[in-house]
Amino acid sequence: MLNSILEFAPKIPVAEGTEWLTDKITDMFSFLFDPINEHFGNFMEFVAEDVLMAIPSVIFILVVAIIAFFVSGKKFGLASFAIVGLWFIYNQGHWEDLMNTVTLVLLASILSVLIGVPIGILMSKSKIANAIITPILDFMQTMPAFVYLIPAVAFFGIGMVPGVFASLIFATPPTVRFTNLGIRQVSEELVEAADAFGSTGSQKLFKVELPMAKSTIMAGINQTVMLALSMVVIASMIGAKGLGREVLSSLQRAEAGTGFVAGIGIVILAIIIDRLTQNMNKKKD
Amino acid sequence: MPIIEVDKLTKVFGKNTKQALKLLDEGKSKEAILKETGSTVGVNQASFSVEPGETFVIMGLSGSGKSTLVRLINRLIEPTSGSIYIDGEDLSKMDKAALRKVRREKLSMVFQKFGLFPHRTILENAEYGLEIQNVPKDEREKKAKDALELVGLGGYISQYPGQLSGGMQQRVGLARALANDPKVLLMDEAFSALDPLIRKEMQDELIDLQTTMKKTIVFITHDLDEALRLGDRIALMKDGSIVQIGTPEEILVNPANDYVEKFVEDVDRSKVLTAQHIMKRPETVNIHKHGPRVALERMREEGLSSIYVVDNNRNLKGYVTADDASDARKKEIKELNEIIKTDMPKVEKETALNEIFTIIHDSQVPVAVVEDGKLRGIIVRGSVIAALAGESEVNLDA
Repeated sequence: MLNSILEFAPKIPVAEGTEWLTDKITDMFSFLFDPINEHFGNFMEFVAEDVLMAIPSVIFILVVAIIAFFVSGKKFGLASFAIVGLWFIYNQGHWEDLMNTVTLVLLASILSVLIGVPIGILMSKSKIANAIITPILDFMQTMPAFVYLIPAVAFFGIGMVPGVFASLIFATPPTVRFTNLGIRQVSEELVEAADAFGSTGSQKLFKVELPMAKSTIMAGINQTVMLALSMVVIASMIGAKGLGREVLSSLQRAEAGTGFVAGIGIVILAIIIDRLTQNMNKKKD
Repeated sequence: MPIIEVDKLTKVFGKNTKQALKLLDEGKSKEAILKETGSTVGVNQASFSVEPGETFVIMGLSGSGKSTLVRLINRLIEPTSGSIYIDGEDLSKMDKAALRKVRREKLSMVFQKFGLFPHRTILENAEYGLEIQNVPKDEREKKAKDALELVGLGGYISQYPGQLSGGMQQRVGLARALANDPKVLLMDEAFSALDPLIRKEMQDELIDLQTTMKKTIVFITHDLDEALRLGDRIALMKDGSIVQIGTPEEILVNPANDYVEKFVEDVDRSKVLTAQHIMKRPETVNIHKHGPRVALERMREEGLSSIYVVDNNRNLKGYVTADDASDARKKEIKELNEIIKTDMPKVEKETALNEIFTIIHDSQVPVAVVEDGKLRGIIVRGSVIAALAGESEVNLDA
């Protein structure tokens, strides 16, 4: 009875509206989405199968170990972990899945950074952009990641490309936020110094602000990469290949063992990527 | 022609700038305007001009608007109204490109917390101003090295700012400003972050540099001693307005109002006042014209126990005491030459009061103030003490 007060209006068709909008966008931009899907899909396949998988596994493991050795300041810890961990994945027969996952994470991260850093710069320079974009970022990060799969499938069908698309939406916000924060944190006196000597806007940005903000931005990129990795399992629901798909299929078949092995693979990859990106940041400090 | 001319420069922070300007014109106070409009008056109709080669100090307590004023001069802060002329060009009306050109070529700034780029080496910091003008690498490196050499940091070029002490960092700040070879140096509390000993060292060094460079310097400080040491002229600010502009002596001796007087009352006057401010017109006798008899007569008239002896060109020859003159008269000596003493204490016109203390303490006769060997005045103990007490009539036009 009391609730009837709340029923002064009929149900607002938000779901219908969103569906309508998604359909419209799919129709209107299919001329854009289809070629992106095709070419980018081919490109991803090329990276995964013709580049990463073409490298002999031994060499790949050694290269990662060497990079880890130098990036972590000539310490053996991370390098040994990389060797053992990657060999374990190889040993379990998941090497191809690993390469597919690396491709997905790598491309989603690179695209996130390419898109996120400029947006972050824009936000740091413009109050209006900051006011508009901040709530959008909040929205992007709090919306359950599964939801992004639906328009991703509508736009790009099934496969790796919609996986990258969904990862992109989910993983870009930290890079944007940290870039914005990093630039805003540059001390006022340094900005004044750059201005007082007659720097142009881009000179100030590239010679002072970005170098000063670098470690903050790197922290954001680290977050972005980790989020992209966390999307691997979710993206497998729409047909993205890789370790995530193994986890998903073992879930569907209730195979605890294979699920665990694939899961461990993701953890190993996560640890290696996380420590690598973090150490890159520390070294430059 | 003045190199910097600031005309009725005003900065109001806040939203109701127009209304605040109107209230300022009506002569309302800073507090009243804040209450009425919510806007803060940073600088209120400041006008002054700075001549080439001059060190112009803007002094005031924190919140007096001095840092805002210096940032208005190179438009790091946009003025609300008024004009800034640099070499006759109105900076306040320039577009961005023209403003950049002036900043690159004519104005350099030194910051309170040094404002060095921590990710660049000392050399790269010093190069910055030239680098953004796309000066070729060899040339800008040479100029930056020269500037670093000038401030005594030639050996540190590949270090990073974090590895240097505060005093050294500010030398880099100074070198970075000098590398552009600007006409004007804007120094915003440049030495305030340094500890007192280093601060004094930097002040001395700036004075030394200034004798050879002859830059125009606008120096901001809250430290009156620093202002008095460095400034050819000082502008004293309060609540965004310039209260008084004058030479250090003028400010010290003739404060424009109670505020300035209160500000300067704690100053160590002995460091600022010099011999010329407290000297008296000397009684003298002429070595070529007068004998002991005249000397004795003068001393008696003036109630002195000694008198200085000069020649026709007022060159200081020595002094005679009343006792010697009296003896000489009894012995019928006619020439002053025979009784003249030359062990009198001498100081220059520019000698500071604190150096005169010991001289006058050890001396039986008044201190002679000389300029190129000519006697300009004498100082007696009483006038030193009176000057320190701030009571005496001090002669500024001396």
